[in-house]
Amino acid sequence: MKDITEARYTNGKPNLRRFHQARWDEPIIFELSNQGERGILIPEVDDQTKSEFEDVLSTIPEGMQRREPPKLPELSQPQVLRHYLRLSQETLGTDLNIDIGQGTCTMKYSPKINDQLASMPQMAEIHPLQDIETVQGILEVMYRFEQILKEISGMDQFTFQPAAGSQAIYTNASIIRAYHKARGEEDQRDEIVTTVFSHPSNAACAKTAGFKIITLFPDEDGYPDFEALKAAVSERTAGLMITNPEDTGIFNPRIEEFVQLIHEYGGLCSYDQANANGILGITRAKEAGFDLCHFNLHKTFSTPHGCGGPGAGAIGVTNELAKFLPVPIVEFDGSMYCLNYDRPLSIGKVRAFSGVAPVILKAYAWVMSLGADGLREVAEIAVLNNNYLLTKMLEIRGVSAPYAKGKRRIEQVRYSWEELSKDTGVRSEEIGLRAADFGVHYWTSHHPFVVPEPCTLEPTESYSKAELDEYIAILSNVSNEAYTDPDLVRTAPHNSTVHSIDHTPLDDPSQWAMTWRAYRRKVHGEVD
Amino acid sequence: MSKKKHVVYPYIPNSVPRVKKQMLEEVGAQSIEDFFEDIPEKLRIKRSMNLPEPFLSEYSLRRHIEGILSKNKTCLEYLSFLGAGCWQHYVPAVCDEVNGRGEFLTAYAGEPYDDHGRFQALFESASMMGELLNMDVVNVPTYDWFQAAATSIRMASRITSRCEVLISKTINADKLSKIRDYCKPGIELKLIGYDPATGQMDLDSLKAAMSSKIAAVYFENPSYLGFIEAHGHEISRIAHDHGAECIVGVDPISLGVLSPPSEYGADIVCGDLQPLGMHMQFGGGHAGFIASRDEEKYVMQYPSRLFGIVPTSVDGEYGFGDVAYDRTSFAVREEGVEFVGTAAALWGITAGVYLALMGPQGMWEIGEGIMQRSHYAMSQISKIEGVNCPVFQSIHFKEFIVDFSGTGKTVEGINKDLLAKGIYGGKDLTEEFPELGSCALYCVTDIHTKDDIDKLAQALRKVVG
Repeated sequence: MKDITEARYTNGKPNLRRFHQARWDEPIIFELSNQGERGILIPEVDDQTKSEFEDVLSTIPEGMQRREPPKLPELSQPQVLRHYLRLSQETLGTDLNIDIGQGTCTMKYSPKINDQLASMPQMAEIHPLQDIETVQGILEVMYRFEQILKEISGMDQFTFQPAAGSQAIYTNASIIRAYHKARGEEDQRDEIVTTVFSHPSNAACAKTAGFKIITLFPDEDGYPDFEALKAAVSERTAGLMITNPEDTGIFNPRIEEFVQLIHEYGGLCSYDQANANGILGITRAKEAGFDLCHFNLHKTFSTPHGCGGPGAGAIGVTNELAKFLPVPIVEFDGSMYCLNYDRPLSIGKVRAFSGVAPVILKAYAWVMSLGADGLREVAEIAVLNNNYLLTKMLEIRGVSAPYAKGKRRIEQVRYSWEELSKDTGVRSEEIGLRAADFGVHYWTSHHPFVVPEPCTLEPTESYSKAELDEYIAILSNVSNEAYTDPDLVRTAPHNSTVHSIDHTPLDDPSQWAMTWRAYRRKVHGEVD
Repeated sequence: MSKKKHVVYPYIPNSVPRVKKQMLEEVGAQSIEDFFEDIPEKLRIKRSMNLPEPFLSEYSLRRHIEGILSKNKTCLEYLSFLGAGCWQHYVPAVCDEVNGRGEFLTAYAGEPYDDHGRFQALFESASMMGELLNMDVVNVPTYDWFQAAATSIRMASRITSRCEVLISKTINADKLSKIRDYCKPGIELKLIGYDPATGQMDLDSLKAAMSSKIAAVYFENPSYLGFIEAHGHEISRIAHDHGAECIVGVDPISLGVLSPPSEYGADIVCGDLQPLGMHMQFGGGHAGFIASRDEEKYVMQYPSRLFGIVPTSVDGEYGFGDVAYDRTSFAVREEGVEFVGTAAALWGITAGVYLALMGPQGMWEIGEGIMQRSHYAMSQISKIEGVNCPVFQSIHFKEFIVDFSGTGKTVEGINKDLLAKGIYGGKDLTEEFPELGSCALYCVTDIHTKDDIDKLAQALRKVVG
């Protein structure tokens, strides 16, 4: 037989994948509708009830009964399944790709066992208002996990109620507001300080909670500017909401001074640890003096991202702030777990019930599969992988790692393609779309682009050296193409599900269409 | 150094010592410590974290978790009549099949190219919700109904540039708590009372409270207490007469038989997708939707992502993208509308699968069947001596209040006794609505059979007798 393998390697290295994403050219589900088909049948009402309440719909108050059935598609079950499986194939989840291009988001492996455990009826089929004796299992999980996060962060008490990271940041802002209110300083303390390399939600959530925002920019070395902080703080300062390491992967070594300065002025310090992947078991919120912190369980703690949720935000606070946490709080009296609502200074509810319980379960299971040594290994390998990637990235033409020259980074790096862009006219975003042709995801960065033509890579602990090499080979190849055949890059993607998207209707109220009915009305002139 | 056996972690490929060493060499580092040089010694943890011993094998982990979870008693083992914002409806197998697909489950923030399927699925979910609601704009889901209601109210406040909002007093206390916290910066909330006989919003109080300062009137249909708020038209007319927005929170599973709020004047509609294909999960299955007309003044006030359909460079190819992205905090940080982030997209996709399976006929049948069952339950419970059911003389959808005041027993005591008989009784309303006496909110859905309801009635008869 002919040697098939030989043609898959060049100079002993694997060739780039000849990838093409699934392209089902799938219709919109409404186009698949065929009148009369059924996807599922509904459990029948027994004959007696049915005959006794045959006219129940006619008792609905006038004007409150639906006049026309909703124009939902009508499909048989296999048609529905096929449609959605085709759409799933046209989606590049972490399970499929070397997902290191979505820096700051910690796209690590989400163990399948944990998904299976969360699908058990003992998790899926319990109601949040059941008698406390019948939900001891899930409360025990929450209680145990709280003890774990207390050790990981050094904070004194946790809540898991926020549904994700941004809601956790909002909740922290609300706690900061409640703290100053309790001290009679609510009106005076109306400013929150953050940095431009902290997640945009630190600024946006604090603003939503009613604060004015002061954003610090980095100094020449990329560190948050301490002089700028000094100029920003005053008796108006309510708090500091900051990430560390920042989105650049640079750890702010003066963080303790930042916290002390805010404290001197009477503010609180909230540590955005959405992504704490590089510092698990290395450094904690407590030692730097923070008053609050939060973890995204769908980032550092491995739970799957679900196309953008469900996630969970875990907030830890010091004893002084514990009284402000949302209700209820999980407590344990030595024999029973319970939910305590009797907390008069609590900010109240931020989300329904006790948070996203299956996500909390998955995160607990993940920690319990690793232990203290395993978590430390997570951080160490995530950081090793990142610095390995950094070394290899800097060998690629046209890319740089601004700030902190010659220094190591923690878990991620914000790179710049400024040089390549100046040389070739190819933008960072276009590099990403070309990378998609080789089966990987790539993201530019949060706005604003302080680093020109940015991309942020975060390899986590979940990818092998060979996979990191493959990602590097893809970006290296795209860089070469940008220098030799820039149009090839600019017109990408070529091997994706769809081709170049026309963005103009998205910002034009007369054209934008967020539902199929709006599309039909605007494009086909259909009127309901 | 510790003499512990080195573990190669299955989730951490490069935990192989040989690979680690090779990578360190390639980056010119002596040890992994080199990478932490920026972290001051003072901030370092100089000990191993004090955490429980891990279950390194997958099997032992499974045993550990199963052991803990076995202490939960499910609504499959017990007969449950709990609702109050989290409802036990049947979840079609295809819903679980689709949201369990690794491609969807583990995707996140891909581009409309590599994640075309995610964009299309969420666009279609919004589109099917749009049909159910008769509205042209539906968001990519937010966290839950609590958040959807709170954001809807802030949207209305921005749209009208007004800062007072009227809310029906029959709202769930927890949801009101959330709204209070979220609206604290500058929005004043006032509650509008209800008719003690019917539960219906007191229209005279509403009219008296209206002024040119009112941004919006918020009520729910079916109400939190289960009855159908019959005066939707009048409430929205009163709001509109004063230049206020009408916001209606709705249980989407009712919309096969109940009128969508847009038809009685709602400007913004919100609610929870959980009934549409999500397991209860101790409250983990929630996803909030917000819908409105397709007018710029509404669209520009959504904090959520909104996915729009667009052409591509290939004829006949559907593409998708973010509508009006520059209004979001992703684009402009604190200059954006509220904030956006990870929320509940997978449940959004699942609700789409549910609606596609159900179709118009399924939604009609499930609505009718729920009403027939709940009416049967009310009729059976009302026959029990000393028990008043339903408390409100209104038409109910799937939930209703049972008043045990006449039995001399507390809801807590009754529920303990029901528990002993394998039944989860309705939510205790004693603290939430003290004016109602010893009342509980019961919920009957498509999962309940006549036998289940008879079993409840029989158990109640014994418990209160």
